[in-house]
Amino acid sequence: MFEITSKEKIATKEYEIWVKAPKVASHAKPGQFVVIRTSPNGERIPLTIADFNTEKGEIRLIFQAVGKTTYEMATMKVGDSLQDIAGPLGRPSEIKKYGTVMMIGGGVGIAAILPILKALKDAGNKVITILGGRSADLVILKDECERFSDELLVTTDDGSMGMKGVVTDGMKEVVKRGEKIDQAWSIGPTVMMKFSAYTAKELGIPIFVSLNPIMVDGTGMCGACRVTVGKNIRFACVDGPEFDGYEVNWDELMNRLRQYKDQEKISLENYIAKVGDLSWL
Amino acid sequence: MAVIKIPNNKTPIKEQEPGERIHNFKEVVLGYTLEEAVAEANRCLQCVNQPCVAGCPVNIDIPGFILALKNRDLPKSAQILKSYNNLPAVCGRVCPQESQCEGRCTVGKMKDHEPVAIGKLERFVADWEANQGTMNIPEIPSRKLGKVAIIGAGPAGLTAAADLAKMGYEVKIFEALHAAGGVLMYGIPEFRLPKSIVEREVNFIKSLGVEIDTDSIAGRSITISELKDEFDAIFIGTGAGTPSFMNIPGTNLNGVYSASEFLTRINLMHAYKFPESDTPIRIGKRVVVVGAGNVAMDASRSALRLGAESVKIVYRRSKEEMPARIEEYHHAIEEGIEFHWLTNPIEYIGDDKGNLTAVKCIKMKLGEPDASGRRRPIPIEGSEFVMEADMAIEAIGQTSNKVLLSAFPELKLTSHGYIEADPETGQTSVEGVFAGGDIVTGAATVILAMGAGKKSAKAIDRYIKSKKAVV
Repeated sequence: MFEITSKEKIATKEYEIWVKAPKVASHAKPGQFVVIRTSPNGERIPLTIADFNTEKGEIRLIFQAVGKTTYEMATMKVGDSLQDIAGPLGRPSEIKKYGTVMMIGGGVGIAAILPILKALKDAGNKVITILGGRSADLVILKDECERFSDELLVTTDDGSMGMKGVVTDGMKEVVKRGEKIDQAWSIGPTVMMKFSAYTAKELGIPIFVSLNPIMVDGTGMCGACRVTVGKNIRFACVDGPEFDGYEVNWDELMNRLRQYKDQEKISLENYIAKVGDLSWL
Repeated sequence: MAVIKIPNNKTPIKEQEPGERIHNFKEVVLGYTLEEAVAEANRCLQCVNQPCVAGCPVNIDIPGFILALKNRDLPKSAQILKSYNNLPAVCGRVCPQESQCEGRCTVGKMKDHEPVAIGKLERFVADWEANQGTMNIPEIPSRKLGKVAIIGAGPAGLTAAADLAKMGYEVKIFEALHAAGGVLMYGIPEFRLPKSIVEREVNFIKSLGVEIDTDSIAGRSITISELKDEFDAIFIGTGAGTPSFMNIPGTNLNGVYSASEFLTRINLMHAYKFPESDTPIRIGKRVVVVGAGNVAMDASRSALRLGAESVKIVYRRSKEEMPARIEEYHHAIEEGIEFHWLTNPIEYIGDDKGNLTAVKCIKMKLGEPDASGRRRPIPIEGSEFVMEADMAIEAIGQTSNKVLLSAFPELKLTSHGYIEADPETGQTSVEGVFAGGDIVTGAATVILAMGAGKKSAKAIDRYIKSKKAVV
């Protein structure tokens, strides 16, 4: 069992927890993820490792309550335990000195971009970060990202913070003023990664994206997470989760993410019916 | 001279009726009563040359346990079984007896006679012991001879662990999933091998002092160098572990599964109990399963139990080459699974939402024998046709999982990507590191993996003793 040692609400339906998982904490690298289960009847779901503390043997997970498992996690308290945490999984990000890197994060994907941008900063890169959200309150971890960035831009759909627009507008803006970007990362909702990959291609910037398809074991055993990259079928859990953004078949990925839409709805409705009002999340 | 007169056929065994069982995941074969088991035990000739023993990958004293059963000395029968086989209730259910013990049985060689139902008797004795409520735990030496790490809690790892614990080693198993059992938990369905039986056998192994660390991915949660530092020897029994796909167009359409995913969702994650269990699974109405091994039988029969209206198995060779256990094939036929021999999918067809709607196939004919000795299937030009399907499951085998192997580059691999290991000892190219089961042989059977685990346990014992003697 994996005990929750702290919990904080960071936005509507978005939470940050630190969990005891010493074996993960001592081996984790930026870009990797864990597979968790909340209970013996729980589903295995992947979550990015947002941070890790080797001394305390704890990892930091940031999640948005979207389905039954994440709703259940959102209701858990400090002292409660997750049933399982397995990891670290996936290939770590390729951390080296690129020159200037552009780090694009959207929604809860900002939690995944954070450890990578920290490591890239440590490796001597100039870090330009672009965070996007529908509105100001959904732009999470802004201060923390800012601390490890040479420059930070925010875009919001409604203009309630930073530039009014989406992350691709921010990308174009940075390039327009003459910044030469050697490598970009984009992590967030699939549609955001898709369009930031298109924009990066237009701008001639190489870009990594971190895919989050449906997974079961997370260790290459089942192939649930297969994605088409270039002409090849790849397993996001072991070949990824990061891939060259130019090469990903986005529409296929979005179809595959909708595979269990109906069951996910049933599962969540049953859970809410069981535990009662969760509008406070 | 007395004439030996024994019944021609195996003592019939009770099974759930096909019409009933296709609606549930409960075990199909219900097992013998004591009287039935004794009657079947009486069919054993107790012949002197014991061909059955040679046919068993772990060389169980088969006439011995059957004789004890015949004499109604069940504790002795169970004790004989357990001294050779740590998982008898499993093997009695899933071994391909027709090509092993029963395939060599002297009674089976007699005119018009079926062999002794050795598998069913093994199962009976193992279940009898379990139902007594107390398992006979062998005495474990208290002074430890050394520490052994086992990677993977499947048949190979569990067997090696149990044997080493009995010899007096401190054994720790590192299991990547949240439950021990490997393929017995995630692969073989409840209706063929109830998970309570696997848990029972795993608990027996834990009672020998073996520690099982779940959610532990060797090479990730613990590195190879950490394992080498802490343990005197390492046994790798991770299984083959990565599903193969035919890689035909449309493979990533929704509704196309690897059998590994389909069965893992059902067996390990209990998706058949959704929404009581959180893990969902697609309910296919018209299901096509590709392949004709045991995994294909398990997948097709599982799809039927989930509520499919029709399940078709397509296989590129003919019935003669079918690798499945004969009992599974018979059960599949009884349940209404359709078999399309000499048929191979060439494309998955989907709708505009990315959902599978049909499988395009081509007819095949058999040519000259290939490397496997089986006649090579050749497509018949112009014979393409389309089968409507909203679910397709590929059960065409596996390749080696790279998670551990990529973290262990010193380990020499075969040209097929499996670990190179001595077939008699499991010794790999790295000193103190042994391997066995599917990660060495490629996808094979539970009992062969167990046999490899047993051999490696002996070799590890020799290795550690010789090393400690030198020091």
